[in-house]
Amino acid sequence: MTATLDPGAMSHDRSLPNLSREELLRYSRHLLLPEVGLDGQRKLKAARVLLVGAGGLGSPAAIYLAAAGIGTLGIVDFDVVDITNLHRQILHGTGDVGRSKLASAISRLREVNPHVTVEPHETRLTSANALEIIRQYDVVVDGTDNFQTRYLVNDACILTSRPNVYGSIFRFDGQVSVFCTPHGPCYRCVYREPPPPGLVPSCAEGGVLGILPGIVGTLQATEALKLVLGIGEPLIGRLNLVDALGARLRTVRIRRDPTCPACGTRELQQLIDYDAFCGVADVSDEAPMLEITPRELAARLARADDVVLIDVREPYENAIARIHGARLVPLGAFADAIPSLDRQRDIVIHCRSGARSATAVRQLQAAGFTRVWNVVGGILRWADDVDPTVAKY
Amino acid sequence: MSVTFHLPSVLAAHVGDTRTIKADGATVGVAIDHLVSRFPQLAPRLRDAHGAPYPFVTFYLNDEDVRLVGGFDAMVSDGDEVTIVPAVAGG
Repeated sequence: MTATLDPGAMSHDRSLPNLSREELLRYSRHLLLPEVGLDGQRKLKAARVLLVGAGGLGSPAAIYLAAAGIGTLGIVDFDVVDITNLHRQILHGTGDVGRSKLASAISRLREVNPHVTVEPHETRLTSANALEIIRQYDVVVDGTDNFQTRYLVNDACILTSRPNVYGSIFRFDGQVSVFCTPHGPCYRCVYREPPPPGLVPSCAEGGVLGILPGIVGTLQATEALKLVLGIGEPLIGRLNLVDALGARLRTVRIRRDPTCPACGTRELQQLIDYDAFCGVADVSDEAPMLEITPRELAARLARADDVVLIDVREPYENAIARIHGARLVPLGAFADAIPSLDRQRDIVIHCRSGARSATAVRQLQAAGFTRVWNVVGGILRWADDVDPTVAKY
Repeated sequence: MSVTFHLPSVLAAHVGDTRTIKADGATVGVAIDHLVSRFPQLAPRLRDAHGAPYPFVTFYLNDEDVRLVGGFDAMVSDGDEVTIVPAVAGG
């Protein structure tokens, strides 16, 4: 058996790297698959795959791609491992909390497969560096966690002609597809514009089943592997919808939109300002936002000042931790509640970290309210600075 | 015509925590009208104030992008399925 796995004897493509005896043994179950075989495994070794994000989706994708023998894995991430990551980000362990995600990923992937070269890009992917980074790789796996970077990755993949293996998750639902191939659709063909900020909560706000990125990220790794090997039916022109609660996988058809500015008309010739595109920029141009620290709020409450305190988190978050006296109005229902608020009184709004409450403050400002404060750092900082008995989550 | 809507969990909370719900109508748009008449809080999450589709919420009629088969004016038959897929960015 060993003799028949000699690369020189089996392979017809001399441009591909050879496999060592240890690699031949390690990948033997791949080599037995006619769809992979020795040449396929050598293609994997020659391949350069970029993972954008070493979080929920990037974790399983990185581990499986490394185990499968992808020769070079680039990883873009600038974040630090937080304990709230660990229920889903299986690249990182308890001992990695506080460590950079890239350092953690490199350690873990070296253990998974020492034959893989990991190229760290410890930076935020931006319009300034995306083309240069993505151009170095054959396939991109999008495991980002915000709309700005998703549109950036999509457009950069179109401009560099790199396939974009897309995955996205929220709560119990996931989406997977392969975008930016020569004839298939891109992300903009499906979602021409992002939702306005605040309309769709992030996983940090709305939650996510920890196992879900395991399913979706593994599907992305499968598609990346198929693209490298050139086997099977890649998920081009199809969007897989993962429903973890219903245990269903639905496939809907998607097509290239000839009017798409990225892959249709090609009017998008360079990367744009994605913060502005997604409506999260130019806050400095808006009316200033009044802020109050948790300590200042505690002092006002202790003085029994006339303050209306509103919690714009979800009911299940309120059940975990709350500030006494706060009225619960989830952000999704906030607009409906505005008519019930008294604009003569001081209104203080809090959420978990201060992001959703800022959205609610902006809504009130737009409705003409002037005496509105955002609680800086939300209930997390309240727990740090005022009441350590309040749970952090 | 009775159409079955499939909703993601983020929208299910607005229809009594069910992810599959039936509505009546001759077109996708009329079936959506019927759906939101029963669950008004769903309306602003599916389409804009003028009833036009959002660029960040997609509808699939029997797994085909509804924009390619007539949009909200697409005719439906009894037993058709409409899957609603809003953009999500979690990772």
